[in-house]
Order: sequence, then structure tokens, then C-alpha cells
Amino acid sequence: MDSFKKITSIVTPLDKVNVDTDQIVPKQFLKLVQKSGFGKFLFFNWRYDEQENKKSDFVLNNPKYENSQILVAGDNFGCGSSREHAVWALLDYGFVVIIAPSFADIFFSNCFKNGVLPIILDQKIVEKLLQETGMIEVDLKNQIIKTSSSKMSFEIDSYQKKILLEGLDDIAITFEYENKILDFEKQSKIPSVL
Amino acid sequence: MNIVEKILARGAGKSSVAPDDVVFAKVDKVMMHDVSGPGVIKVFDKLKKQGISVDKLWDSSKVWVAEDHFVPSAEKVSAENIVKLSKFTKQYGIEKHFKYGMGQYGICHTISHEEAMVMPGDIYVGGDSHTNTTGALGAFACGLGHTDIAYVLLNGQIWFKVPETYYFKLNGKLPDHVMAKDLILKIVGDIGTDGGAYQTMQFGGSGVDEMSVESRLTLCNMTTEAGAKNGIVEPDQKVVDYLTQRGATNFNLIKGDEDAEYAKVFEYESSEMEPTVAKPFSPENTCVVREASSVELDKSYIGSCTGAKYEDLEAAARILKGRKVKIRTEILPAAISIYQRAMENGLLKIFLDAGVTVGPPTCGACCGAHMGVLAKDEVCISTTNRNFPGRMGHVESQTYLASPLVAAASAVTGKITDPRDL
Repeated sequence: MDSFKKITSIVTPLDKVNVDTDQIVPKQFLKLVQKSGFGKFLFFNWRYDEQENKKSDFVLNNPKYENSQILVAGDNFGCGSSREHAVWALLDYGFVVIIAPSFADIFFSNCFKNGVLPIILDQKIVEKLLQETGMIEVDLKNQIIKTSSSKMSFEIDSYQKKILLEGLDDIAITFEYENKILDFEKQSKIPSVL
Repeated sequence: MNIVEKILARGAGKSSVAPDDVVFAKVDKVMMHDVSGPGVIKVFDKLKKQGISVDKLWDSSKVWVAEDHFVPSAEKVSAENIVKLSKFTKQYGIEKHFKYGMGQYGICHTISHEEAMVMPGDIYVGGDSHTNTTGALGAFACGLGHTDIAYVLLNGQIWFKVPETYYFKLNGKLPDHVMAKDLILKIVGDIGTDGGAYQTMQFGGSGVDEMSVESRLTLCNMTTEAGAKNGIVEPDQKVVDYLTQRGATNFNLIKGDEDAEYAKVFEYESSEMEPTVAKPFSPENTCVVREASSVELDKSYIGSCTGAKYEDLEAAARILKGRKVKIRTEILPAAISIYQRAMENGLLKIFLDAGVTVGPPTCGACCGAHMGVLAKDEVCISTTNRNFPGRMGHVESQTYLASPLVAAASAVTGKITDPRDL
């Protein structure tokens, strides 16, 4: 995974609550398992009409947001199916930061496995960010978001911050400790599973 | 401690845990299917490229695999995924691979109870969000993404934040025309699709004691629709009998302490419940069936892990016996074992006589994959669990979620129908 850099980008406002993973990546694309190339399926039914022409009223089709790396959305983002394809699609499209007042559990966890930073912010702040038209900066190292007019901090678990900043993944980290795990297992009183 | 805290403490080798503790727990069973499996294989391929050995799983006897979403293979890509899955299970010596066309197979969550793959007290994770279903057997059951499943396959453990528990106390036996599906729709409607976010939703009280194991499975299945980490019911003699009939032995019935603490307690008079539907486009958009009874339908779909267990088919048969359907109706038993019992007990004849198309076990149109997906503007009543836009087919189709009794009664009239009004 790439290590997470400071992001400076305009925000793409997706002013909807309960955005579910069926909308993020519809079912017909779940058969595909390559992690790259999913960006073209992102929000497929919102982006395209039946003839696969772009729908001009959907925010992702506004050229203004073309290079945006930050998506801002409403409560409970990523609810529904556990499909990790949802995160693959957001990342492949170009989003590396998702900001919302709350996230669905499995989606939230899947983000960190793929180098995407989900940020939980207060509802009122999210509402302001949905109106933000200028560039904003997301600085994970210092846990700070800067807009043209304000500066705010955000919370993140220290381990999840580390894996994003260093571009690590859980499995690789665990195997760094293989010897220690084996030692622990030998001494453990719980029946071993190894 | 309550039941979930006790199970997680056991798995973590600790004497006690409390909500918000982060524990590293040993997993007892892990499941993947034809969508999450190929995703996991992809993660393995990536690890191989990084020079990490993925030659051996932590314990292949604790892993089982279902084929359910795109089977019987819907087209060539899903056919290739099935081949890939078979190669994987052969390579790693996973014996419990339920293949379609080779005896018992079905929807993963249905196989988890029909084949007693999961036991009370287990920590069970699956590569599917409705893994919550199996908590009805008294297990800690939750869904994970592909990367996390790959992690468990290699390490046999994973971390959990101990959830807080919302306790739903259900008072009294459900009336004959009401099913567990009505109850869980009502609850999701009340608390909302994020009302249980990262909570355990535990069900208890006389209403649950009176309920069959299959009804409890329906309750736990749709805790996912409220965003819950897991759903659970404390195991009792009914669970022991149910699993014993399916070949299980050696039970470890973990139950909560008398003085267990819950973050919130909700009380429902289950004996006074009404048939309920969730209108498009959210499972929380609920009303009683009689308020939606003017809605004209094109289809009725009785299938999925939520609504095609044996009990669900039996309920549909009670309504369909001696009647004819007025709209296209499909019934897809959720596993071959259920299909077989439906045949032996005359249910299939009732369905076929009524004009229903009986299909093979599959997730099918529940996730809009195949086997009866919806066209533009089509309106469907369905025993499934989600009705997001496009979930069952065209993005401008509409799905109403309901119990098998309501779906069958509506099939007969062509309009959303309370079974009492037939």
C-alpha cells in the first residue's frame, strides 16, 4: 500500500445519508476481483443513465470536481453489504479521504486495509464542508484539516494512523512478529490454534 | 458479563472484558463465498508478491466455503470464479466446500445452521455482512471484508472492539399472522438503519423463548440492516435440539450473567405485533401492511437467507394451498436440504399447483444477481432483507420487504395484502 501523504484538494459534496455499498458499486460488478479499474463503476447508477451516458445532475459528473480526492457525505456512509469492492472503487476513482458524521462498521474497517482515510466529524462541521468550494488540506500526521477560513482537528486510532502513514497492512505487520507469536503460543495456557 | 462479553473473553483468554475493550480473539469458524472468496484469493496473490508465505492456512478444518451469489453460474465470469474457488479449497485442503450440483449447497448463512457449521459459544466470522444471522444459535457471528477474512485464514485470530449491547425484550408469543420478519422490520423502522451501529442487538424475553430457532435466525439476520456488529440470542434447549438433529454434539452453552449490563433495553409487545412492510428504498421505511394495501405489484419473491428457510416456505404454503397466484411468483428454497423437505412434505406440489416457479437455492435476485431480477418500474414484494435503489434489478424498480406470509398473500391478490384480509 502507498503511504498516506498530505492531501490538498477541493471536496466533492455528496449530500446524502445512508449511502449504501449497492450504490457505491452495484452488484453486476462484484464478479470482478481485480482491485484496479473499479473507479469506472463507482456510483454507477447515479453517474450514468441506461444508455451509459453521463447524468449531468450528478456531482461526480461536474468537471469542477474531476480531480477531487476528498468525498464529503452524510451519516452512516458505506452501510449495507460488506463488499470491499466499494473501497476499491472509491480509491481507484481517486478518493483517498472520506468525511462523514458516521460510517458503517465494516466499510470503515475496509478503508484502512486499502489506504483510504475515513474521517468522522461533527454533523455541523460536515454540513459546512459540504458547502466548501475552496481547496482544503488534510494532514493526517498532525490530524488537522485546514480550509480557507478555518482549521480543525480530527480523531483517529493511533494504530490505524500508523498503518496509513507507513503504508503497512495488517497481515504484513503480523508476520513481522511471527517469532514472538510462536513464543507466546508456546507459553499460553489457552488451547493453541496454531 | 452478558453473553457477547463472555464469548469474546473466552476467545481472548481473559477472565473478563467490557464494552470498548479491544481484544485479540481466537476465531472458531470462518466462512467465505463466491464473491468474498475470489476477493480473498486476490489478497493472497498480493501477499505472495510481497514475499509473504501463504502456503498454509491456520486451520483448514475450521474454514468452510459456500457457493451462493452467482450460482448456478450466471455467466462466464461467475463460472470462472467458481473454478477459482474450487482450486483454492483443493489447494488448502478445505473439505467443507458446499458445491452446487453436488448434493447439499445453499446460501452461506442457511448452510451455517442447516449443516450445524457453527455452534453456540463460537466466534464465527464470514465474508458477508449477513453473517450476523447465525448469532441466533448463541454464537458471536459477524461479517468482515476480504482483507480481514484473509487475515483470519492465515492467523486464526483477529481483533474486536467489544460492542455495547442493546437488549430487545420481546413479550409474548407472536400472533399466527405475524412472523419474526415483521418484528425485525418494525425494530429496524424504529431505530433506523444506523440505530444499532457497532452494537450487539440481543433478543430475549418470552417472545423469543416461544420462537423457533428459524424465527430467531430471521431476527438476527436483519440486525445488519440496523448497522449492528452482531445479533444474538442466548442458546436454549431448542437450539440444542435443532443442532443435534443436524448431527452436532458437545455443546458449550454460554449465557449472560443474571446481573449482565446492557447499554439500552427496548421492550416490544410481540403478541400485539402487526404484519409490517418496508417500503422503497430503505429497510427503515416501514409501515403496517394494511397502510400499504393499495400498492399494485408485478412480482412476489420468496427467497434468500432471510426468507426461504423451511419455516418460511411452510408459511407461504399455508397461504398458497388451493389458491393461484395472480402475479409472477418465485420461490427459491435457501438450501438443498430445505428443498428436499419441501418436496417430501408436499410443499413443492402446493407451490407448483399455485403457479409458482420454484428455483434452485441461490442469493439470486435478492442481490440483483440473476434468477428473476426486476425491470424498470416493476414493483416487487420480497422476503429478502434490502430494498436500496437497484438492489434487485433496475435502479427504477421498487422492492417492498415483507414476511413470507405477506409475500404469499400478496402473490394471490396482486396487491400488498395482510394475510388476515385474504
